[in-house]
Amino acid sequence: MLTIATGNKAVAAAVKAANPGVIAAYPITPQTEIVEQIADYVTAGDLASKYIPVESEHSAMAACIGASAGGVRTFTATSSHGLLYMHEMVHWAAGARLPIVMANVNRALGPGWNTWAEHTDAFSQRDTGWLQVFVGTVQEAYDATLMAFRIAEDERVLLPVMVNLDGFALSHITQALETVDPGDFIPPYHLPHAIDTKNPCVYGPMTGPNDYYKFRWDIERSMRDARGVIAEVEREFAEQFGRSYGPTEDYRCDDADVVVIAMGTLGKEAEVAVDRLRDEGIKAGSMRLRWFRPFPDLDLAGREVVVIDRDYSFGFGGVVAHSVRSKTGVTPYSVIAGLGGQEVTYNDIADFVRNRHPGEEMWFGVSEHV
Amino acid sequence: MLRLRTAKLSLQLMTDIDERSVTNLSVIPKEEYLYKCTSACAGCSSSLCLRYVLKAAGPDSVLVVPACCTSVLQGIYPGTAMSVPVYNIAFAAAAACASGLSNALAAQGKETNVIVYAGDGGTVDIGIQALSGAFERGTNFLYICYDNEAYGNTGMQRSGATPLGARTTTTPGGKPTAKKDLDRIVEAHNPPYMATACSAYPLDLYKKVKKALSIEGPKFIHILAPCPPGWRYPTEKTVEMGKMAVKTGTWILYEREFGKLSISGPSKAAMRKPAPLEDYIKGQGRFKNVSPEIFDLMRQQVQQNIDRLSREEAGAC
Repeated sequence: MLTIATGNKAVAAAVKAANPGVIAAYPITPQTEIVEQIADYVTAGDLASKYIPVESEHSAMAACIGASAGGVRTFTATSSHGLLYMHEMVHWAAGARLPIVMANVNRALGPGWNTWAEHTDAFSQRDTGWLQVFVGTVQEAYDATLMAFRIAEDERVLLPVMVNLDGFALSHITQALETVDPGDFIPPYHLPHAIDTKNPCVYGPMTGPNDYYKFRWDIERSMRDARGVIAEVEREFAEQFGRSYGPTEDYRCDDADVVVIAMGTLGKEAEVAVDRLRDEGIKAGSMRLRWFRPFPDLDLAGREVVVIDRDYSFGFGGVVAHSVRSKTGVTPYSVIAGLGGQEVTYNDIADFVRNRHPGEEMWFGVSEHV
Repeated sequence: MLRLRTAKLSLQLMTDIDERSVTNLSVIPKEEYLYKCTSACAGCSSSLCLRYVLKAAGPDSVLVVPACCTSVLQGIYPGTAMSVPVYNIAFAAAAACASGLSNALAAQGKETNVIVYAGDGGTVDIGIQALSGAFERGTNFLYICYDNEAYGNTGMQRSGATPLGARTTTTPGGKPTAKKDLDRIVEAHNPPYMATACSAYPLDLYKKVKKALSIEGPKFIHILAPCPPGWRYPTEKTVEMGKMAVKTGTWILYEREFGKLSISGPSKAAMRKPAPLEDYIKGQGRFKNVSPEIFDLMRQQVQQNIDRLSREEAGAC
C-alpha cells in the first residue's frame, strides 16, 4: 500500500507488520512517535502485542530480554540518553543471544541538552554484540526494520539488531512509503533456547575463565555469519518486494576518483553533492555506509576517500574515518560535521570534496584543518 | 562438611517449629527443586527459604534472579543445583525482566509462575525502580526479597536494608541510619497480596508462597534471612536467630491481602509480650559495641512497629 509517513511512523508500521508478542516502551524525543503510534495500533486492536509501558529504558530492554527469552518476538525503541541508560542491558541482550529488534533514533548527548541528530549514541554501543544498520529514507526505515526481525531471528545469527535513523532529519521527515504484507517473509518466532519449564535450564549463571571466552567467540562467529545472512535476507526481500539494499548504497561510484562515505541522511545528501561535483567535472561518488556492525568489506582501491563523521571519539578521531582506514588501509580526509544537528548541506559536502586533504581532519565550522 | 552442615540445619528446621504446625508439615511436597549441591555458605538461610519457595511453587515455575547470593549458590556453569528454569539478569533489572517474561508467557496462554528471587540490595536499593514500575503496572508475578540486611555476595557492605547500629564492611562504626521500610513502600503500590516471612518459620513461608501464587497480579513476600558470616554468629544458630528476630518483635510476620492486614501466628504472641531485644542482638557480632543511645533507638523502633501494626490490625488506623 502506498502512503506517506514520517521515519518514525514507517518504523511503527514495520513493527506492526512483524507482529511482536511483547513491546516494551519508554518515551524519549525524537523517538516517542514510534511508541505512540504502536500504542495506537494496540489500543485500536490492529496489533495484538502486549504493550509494557516501562518506567525506564533500562527496564525496557530488561523486559524485552525476559519476553524474548520467554518465547515471543520483541521490539523497543529509544534514542540518545535512553540508549545509554539501557547500556548494561544492551550488552546483556546480545550475550543472552536474544533476537530483539530496537529502533534507535540517533540524537546527540548532553550536556547541553540537544535533541538533534548525531551518531555518537549508537557508536557508544559499538562493542555490545548488536548488529547495527543505518537508514537514509523513510522507505528504508520501514524495509530495514522488517528485515531486522528476519536477520536477528535467523538461527545462524540470534543476535539483536539496532535500526538507526537520524533524529528529526529522518524521524520527523515525511516521504512516500510503500508498506507490504510480509507473508512468509517473517516466519513464526522460534527461539531454540526459549525458557521451557519442561526442559529446565539455567540461563547466564556464573561462568568461569575456562568457559566464558567460548560464549564470546560464539557471538563473533555469529557476527561473521551475519554478513551472509544479511545478504541472503536482503536478496530475498528484493525478490519479493522489489527494493534492494546492500552493506553500502553506492551512487555513481563505478568510475569515481573520489568517494564520499557518510551514514544516514548525510549519505543521501552526499548524492546531491556528487551530482554537483560531476557537473564540474570532478568524478565523485557516494558510498553510504548502511551496516556498521558487522562492518562490511569496502572496495576503495585506487580512490581518494572523504569520510563524514556525525560523531567523534575524543582523543582519537572520527569513528567512521578510523574504521574505514583500519578496514581498507585507505587514509581518508576526515570531516567532522553535523554534530547535534549542525546543518550540513549538499553544497557543504561538495566543498569538503573540493577542498579535501587526505590524512587530515577537519571540524566543520570550527576551523579549516586541525 | 558444608553440605553436611546444611543438611543438618534443614533437619533442625523441620523439627524446630511450634507444636500446632508439626502435623501440617506433611503437606509440604517431598519433591526437591533445589538440590544439595549448592555453593551456599554453611548455615545459609536464604537457600533453605528458596527450597521451600520452590516446593510451594512446583515445577511449572521460572525464577528470575538478579545479582545476589542466589546467583552464586545455584552453581557454576555447566553445573546447576536448580531443577526449574532460572533466568539470571543484571542487578537492577529483575522486576523488569520478570515483567517481560510474564507478558510473554501470557501472550502464549501459559500459566507458569514467574518468581523473582532477589536479595535486599537488588530490591531496596538498585532494583527499587524496576520493582516499583512492575507493581504499578500490575504485572502478574511474585517478587520475593530475601533480606540478609547487607550486600552479602560482595562481602557484607551496608545496604538500605541494613538496620541501625549494624556493623558492615562499609559501616565499620555501625550504620548511623535506620533500615529502609521496604514493606511500606511496596504497600503504597496497593498490591493484592504482600507478606513478610522468616527462614525460621518454613511452614508459614510455604503457605504464604502458595497463597501468593493463587492470586492474579503483583505479589510480594519479604523474607528475613539471617546470614552467619554477615551477622557474625555461629552457623548452627541460623534458625535460632530467625526465631529471636520474630520473638523480640524486630521482625513481624504478617500478610496483607487486598490491603487488609493480618498478623501471622508466631508474631501475635511476640507482639503482645516481646522478648528482650538484647536476646536477639547479643549473639550477633555486627551489633557488638552498640552504644546505649543507639540501642535505645533500636528498641524504640521495634516498639513503634509493633504499635503501628497492632493499631492497624485492630482497625484503629
